[in-house]
Amino acid sequence: MEALESRPRRSFLNWFLGSSLVAVVGSFLYPIIRFISPPRIPEATTNQVEAGDTSDPVLLDKGYKIVRFGAEPVILVKVTDSEYRAFSATCTHLDCIVGYQKDRTRIFCNCHGGTYDLNGRNVAGPPPRPLTAYKVNLIAKGSEPAKIVVSRA
Amino acid sequence: MIDHVGKWLDDRLGLSTLVELGSHKTVPVHRYTVFYYLGGMTLFFFLVQVFTGVLLMLYYRPSANEAFESVEFIMTVVPFGWLIRSIHSWSANLMVFFAILHLTSVYFMKAYRPPRELTWITGVLVLFLILGFGFSGYLLPWNQLAFFATKVGTDIAGVVPVVGPWIVRFLRGGDRVSGGTLSRFYGWHVAVLPAITCVFLLGHLVLVQLKGMSIPSACEEETRRRKPMKFFPHFALRDLSGWLFALGVLAALAALFPWELGEKADLFAPAYPNIRPEWYFVFMFQTLKVIPGGEIFGLEYEVIPILLFGALGALLMFVPFLDRSAPGKGRGWSILGVVALLFVIGMTCWGYMSLLPLYVVIITAVLLMLFAFMTRGGRKSEEQ
Repeated sequence: MEALESRPRRSFLNWFLGSSLVAVVGSFLYPIIRFISPPRIPEATTNQVEAGDTSDPVLLDKGYKIVRFGAEPVILVKVTDSEYRAFSATCTHLDCIVGYQKDRTRIFCNCHGGTYDLNGRNVAGPPPRPLTAYKVNLIAKGSEPAKIVVSRA
Repeated sequence: MIDHVGKWLDDRLGLSTLVELGSHKTVPVHRYTVFYYLGGMTLFFFLVQVFTGVLLMLYYRPSANEAFESVEFIMTVVPFGWLIRSIHSWSANLMVFFAILHLTSVYFMKAYRPPRELTWITGVLVLFLILGFGFSGYLLPWNQLAFFATKVGTDIAGVVPVVGPWIVRFLRGGDRVSGGTLSRFYGWHVAVLPAITCVFLLGHLVLVQLKGMSIPSACEEETRRRKPMKFFPHFALRDLSGWLFALGVLAALAALFPWELGEKADLFAPAYPNIRPEWYFVFMFQTLKVIPGGEIFGLEYEVIPILLFGALGALLMFVPFLDRSAPGKGRGWSILGVVALLFVIGMTCWGYMSLLPLYVVIITAVLLMLFAFMTRGGRKSEEQ
């Protein structure tokens, strides 16, 4: 008789102990999971950067250069003497940094062979999307080489 | 005096029981006995990794500003630093190579069958952990190759449904591969992965002792006919001479082909031409390379092979529960294994635009046959 009576009490205690255990484990795990998830640090939004001037030897030699746009790499391509274009340099395939092949006039990613044309369109290889375009302004000042300013389109 | 100390220790630790157990341990002898040495060889390279890894920690500095320079310091200034680092890199590659060889032989001998399912699963987990070591260790020199390999490798994790983006941030320690990523990878490489690996490796080794060596069903008759080899001293000595030979090979490789360092990582430079990952990831790399861009049902094409490789990894792990065929049967699984192997070899050759990987496979097979002959164990007179 007594054994029958004590059963609900035991199951209540088991449930009670079990749920407290879950709560204890949870209270251990929660801070740990929060700790291992990197905090989101707000980045200063960059809207435009100065990318040197048109006499830049790298630009003259290779026909392009990678510009620091905040934390983002942006590729600046010299199309003609008076025309420059800029795109996000992050390949839309798997995050590599693209370069420019002057002899074949194409933007190319050496990681997996992603190919983009001079409008940033993905024309061959694995990239799923085109490169984001940036705006390029040339600021001429008398006879000095023009300044290149890259800004968000 | 030594006897006295031995007696004292034995009274307290009961070592004689272990010695007694060890003296009864035998290894079956048949024409494929050579495959039983592959796991031990993998273990040897793992031990070399632990030892050289601890040595490298004395000089290595895990920060974006110092990592590359500290490895350069190890390679050029620290006495024998070039040797220790090169051995660490070579041994890492040979460890992966032997782990894969070990897995392949166990797979085709169907040694994963009951009661050895857990031995197989712990073994596959250790292989995955070894690949994790390879991937995390790759970033530590903080060179261009490391930077892009880590960018691509962590980006791939983003395709995992729902939690993908969280995993990428967790792996990178932020939104981008940066100095924070290096700190994390270092922590995993020298603390987290070794701890987890020790648990599974120990489990794996204990299970091998508990269940003994699996005998391929085709060799059962031969095994009954031939006298098994005592583990101590016969098999252990063969193991040891193999290890000594491997150490010599490591030293020779390190001296003749010191591991290169490359250029320091530049977060604002394009990937250099012909960049590719370590050889054991090349088949996946090449697959990703040849899949064109596009999407189907809102799923980008590149996601498909990544998810498929993940599924194949799970399939590999759970093979003991999927292949329920009777001994001597289950040819389908062997064919699947051959197809997978041919795919991996083919894609690797394509990735390198060279037949070298194929030659390596052929040379390995020939060497294994040669060693099988050399270590066939038991003279004619020992056969009953």
